[in-house]
Amino acid sequence: MNSSRRRFLRSLATGAAAATLVGCDRLSQNNTVDSLLRQTEKLTRGAQRSLQGRQALATEFTEADLSPVFRANGTQMPDSDEYAHLLERNFIDWRLQVGGLVQRPQSLSLADLKRFPSRTQITRHDCVEGWSAIGKWQGVPLALVLHVAGLKPGARYVIFHCADELEQTLDGSGRYYESIDLVDAYHPQTILAYGMNGKDLPVAHGAPLRLRVERQLGYKHAKYLMRIEVTDSYGALFGGKGGYWEDRGYEWYAGI
Amino acid sequence: MISIHRHSLTVRLTHWLNVICLTVLLLSGLQIFNAHPRLYWGKYGADADHAFLVIDSKPDGDALQGYLQIGRLRLVTTGVLGVSSEDGSAAARAFPTWLTLPSYRDLGTGRRWHFSFAWLLVVNGLIYLIHGFLRGHFRRDLLPSGEQLAPRHLWREVIDHARLRFSHGKEARRYNALQKLSYLVVVFGLLPMMILTGLTMSPGIDAALPFLPDLFGGRPSARSLHFITALLLVAFVLVHVLMVIASGLWNNLRSMITGRYSITDDGTEP
Repeated sequence: MNSSRRRFLRSLATGAAAATLVGCDRLSQNNTVDSLLRQTEKLTRGAQRSLQGRQALATEFTEADLSPVFRANGTQMPDSDEYAHLLERNFIDWRLQVGGLVQRPQSLSLADLKRFPSRTQITRHDCVEGWSAIGKWQGVPLALVLHVAGLKPGARYVIFHCADELEQTLDGSGRYYESIDLVDAYHPQTILAYGMNGKDLPVAHGAPLRLRVERQLGYKHAKYLMRIEVTDSYGALFGGKGGYWEDRGYEWYAGI
Repeated sequence: MISIHRHSLTVRLTHWLNVICLTVLLLSGLQIFNAHPRLYWGKYGADADHAFLVIDSKPDGDALQGYLQIGRLRLVTTGVLGVSSEDGSAAARAFPTWLTLPSYRDLGTGRRWHFSFAWLLVVNGLIYLIHGFLRGHFRRDLLPSGEQLAPRHLWREVIDHARLRFSHGKEARRYNALQKLSYLVVVFGLLPMMILTGLTMSPGIDAALPFLPDLFGGRPSARSLHFITALLLVAFVLVHVLMVIASGLWNNLRSMITGRYSITDDGTEP
């Protein structure tokens, strides 16, 4: 084969590959295709929920299985004067606000939360990126806090408002938040954790309080909790998709 | 020369749907892999833990050097793995743009493609399996006969394959033993392995079916097996396509499209 013919064939192959790439990218950006692909989330959620039921527990491990180093991800130190002030005083002034569709709005200090019966669990944290780490978490079951506050009729979701801005913005739209439905909110392993690996929750892992929702991926486990809001929908908040990462393209149901 | 009916409509449809599914799953899978291009063995695995396979980059003077590390072996792979061209300039990324879906970095979109076509693969696979068992496709066409499994015969086939000599006449009416065995390995080994290790990476599924991570030695192990099994499937497809070309591209393609396959009726060269 002479060299010009070889060059021609090579450029033909490169051209075909490039055209396929562009085609796939166009498909990915096409709204119809995207919304079709997004339907899969409902299928997956339906299948997983019917397979696991309400009570199936995530596997709990032993002390021997703990990750030697638990990778801290996302924000590792919230960048605000308010948080710096709370941290400086060791979260004495911190209060968890519980409001929205509840009978009795609450304002709970760390000491208040520690007076609830606590649950300790050694579980595997699965990041959407693909890594896993095993840690020991201690906290109050969310169900107990919701019970004290009392849900009003129409309550369907629990929103978690956080202290950290993962994306620095002027209008606050980069603030971290998350939402779960009542199936996960009342799951026995869904806890508001103030302890990790036998110590107070470190700042890098969300001090003073973070969510653990063990049957879903890491980005659902909101850190630096400030306020819990019970709502009938999450559509009016921020980007409308129910969470910081959901607004940036990840699924609301993060069971896979 | 006579023409026989080789592939049923169900086999032909599920075959081509499978081609589409596996292509999308491979490319979107590499997009997902790129988010954390390290493989571990065990119950946990993150940056501080030992990874037996790493694709990464490091500074090399003013430029970036891409490398693939397997155990202690390190291969410089700049241009393909670790560092490759993105919008015309060298960028740190495990697999290059032409092997990921979408080509640019977008984990969320990659995951949507992956899970959508994973569902399609499962449904397609179930249709194929039900058809294969009910219509006797597996028993009749894929189960090797005793005489085909004799070591002497198998060795003969290995040599024939290596010389690219393929059967004719009566022998060409059925799959040879190597074909049957490799199809059985893919259908009942590699593809179920892909689906099970894939499901094991789901925290939701693990809560419902906790024996799955135990079966594979943990979620990070299942993730590694998912990747290795995908490579085995790629290897199968490469050999499969080579054999299709070598043993008569047009005849094979036609048989998988229309069902008709022509053979010489007397065992002589066509």
